[in-house]
Amino acid sequence: MSDSLPKLPAVTKGTGPMVKAEALHKRYGSLEVLRGVDLEVQRGEVVCVLGPSGCGKSTFLRCVNHLEPINSGRLWVDGELVGYTQRGDRLHQLPEREIAASRSAIGMVFQRFNLFPHMTAEQNITLAPIKVLGISRDEARERARVLLNRVGLGDRGGSYPAQLSGGQQQRVAIARALAMEPKLMLFDEPTSALDPELVGEVLDVMRGLAADGMTMLVVTHEIAFARNVADTVVFMDAGVIAESGPPSNVLDNPQLARTKAFLREVS
Amino acid sequence: MSKAESSEPVVANGRPEEIRAVPVRHPGRWVGAAVTLIIALSLINSAVNNPRIEWNVVGDYLFDSSVLDGVLLTVELTVLCMVAGILIGVLMAVLRLSPNPVLSGLSWLYIWFFRGLPRLVLILFVFFISALYPQITIGVPFVGPVLASFNANTIVTAFVAGFAALSLSEGAYMAEIVRAGLLSVDDGQTEAAHALGMSRLQTMRYVTLPQAMRVIVPPTGNETISMLKDTSLVSIIALADLLYTVQLIYARTFKQIPMLVVAIAWYLALTSLLYVGQYYLERRFGRGAARSLPPTPRQRVAAFWRRRRSAEGSA
Repeated sequence: MSDSLPKLPAVTKGTGPMVKAEALHKRYGSLEVLRGVDLEVQRGEVVCVLGPSGCGKSTFLRCVNHLEPINSGRLWVDGELVGYTQRGDRLHQLPEREIAASRSAIGMVFQRFNLFPHMTAEQNITLAPIKVLGISRDEARERARVLLNRVGLGDRGGSYPAQLSGGQQQRVAIARALAMEPKLMLFDEPTSALDPELVGEVLDVMRGLAADGMTMLVVTHEIAFARNVADTVVFMDAGVIAESGPPSNVLDNPQLARTKAFLREVS
Repeated sequence: MSKAESSEPVVANGRPEEIRAVPVRHPGRWVGAAVTLIIALSLINSAVNNPRIEWNVVGDYLFDSSVLDGVLLTVELTVLCMVAGILIGVLMAVLRLSPNPVLSGLSWLYIWFFRGLPRLVLILFVFFISALYPQITIGVPFVGPVLASFNANTIVTAFVAGFAALSLSEGAYMAEIVRAGLLSVDDGQTEAAHALGMSRLQTMRYVTLPQAMRVIVPPTGNETISMLKDTSLVSIIALADLLYTVQLIYARTFKQIPMLVVAIAWYLALTSLLYVGQYYLERRFGRGAARSLPPTPRQRVAAFWRRRRSAEGSA
């Protein structure tokens, strides 16, 4: 649809990769979920992460904004270590305030939407900009109005989440994340909880975001979306990245037997 | 065949006719209702027509100024103790869920102590606390200068003792109610708030606590009704609440039953008022839980009259 539009460079301070993971490990007790993940996401790039359930792709996403602390390896977002700071050769945990500050620049969209049910769509969108960024109520409302229009819900600002369909709720959730003007958007299976006929409207919004040059890390099962929108497709299996590259390679000409098997299963 | 044909729906205007079937009869329900009604009527009759209840005495004292003072004190104590209890409860619940083990341990200890003591014992103990601490001193512990010092006997009056004991006890119960409410909120809510960069306290204040209110309000209404009744315990330290006031009167007039009926009438009237308050609080915090809120009784009555008027207008 907007393939002809030039990609706008994302407005950020650094020039290196937006996300860089090196030998990332994550354990829950004795269960090793991530076993050495290496990945780079460039500025303005859309990376889709595919893989069988339980392969660690959602866990990896949650590590990027420190909802899950990592056990070993290194993870940088926009050139800064996630959750820690390095002094000399030791890592120090960041205080809660600084973790919160770095999270506020990373948007996240959840599988189950996680809208605040006691607030209207507009209040969902304005809460964090007012309380975290400290912008005025009027400015936050104006921002919400623009964003609701952008996700095609200009008239639903006064609705509570329970009064919206799943697809509408997810679009409000995307608007809520965008209201913080993030430099990176994380999508955790954003369409998996939706009825099939509602998937398209959410993917359309994401496609628009990608066309505007947003840096996106998307965990998804939508192969068609990955093929059309992603710059890089990453196939994860058993806690490691098994195969990655442009969609034409990974999706249409996979090298590994397990990638082939997975793609046969989902398509 | 003719039978089957007779039950064919009659189609008018392209729509099958509304079903008007004969309802199933429930003779058992009618028998049950009749028996219940007879028992209830005979009980009411035995009380109302019992001369020893002395309705005229009940009437004389129902709005007696000393009784009204007692009612006022009962209401005051209930409101103050519930407000303090809820504040303590929210604080203790937040501490209990804190990642800091010292704070959550402190909260556990508080709840263990004050939930473990009968309210009557607590009231007596606080009332006589001046025997334990004759002088209450505020200053820097162990080393520092004394900032203020009070005589415990002048500070801890019967009202203060009743208020303090009931608030501390209520705080322990409210802490558990608030904690249950906070735990009932989906983890995804906290995650979403954290992902937006909100701090733990902001998340609690704007996201978790408002949603927990839906779970917290009904048992808190229950607690308020309990508190209204438990304030009568302060009669043991001669605080002139509703119960102590009627006790004073019947100690003088020997009209125990009529005076207790006065107290019963007031307690029932006050708890009924609380029902109304709770109903509207639950509606307030139920926002977003259902697609639309059911109408209030007032709205229902208004709608009924609107319907009647429009029916009359069309007739």
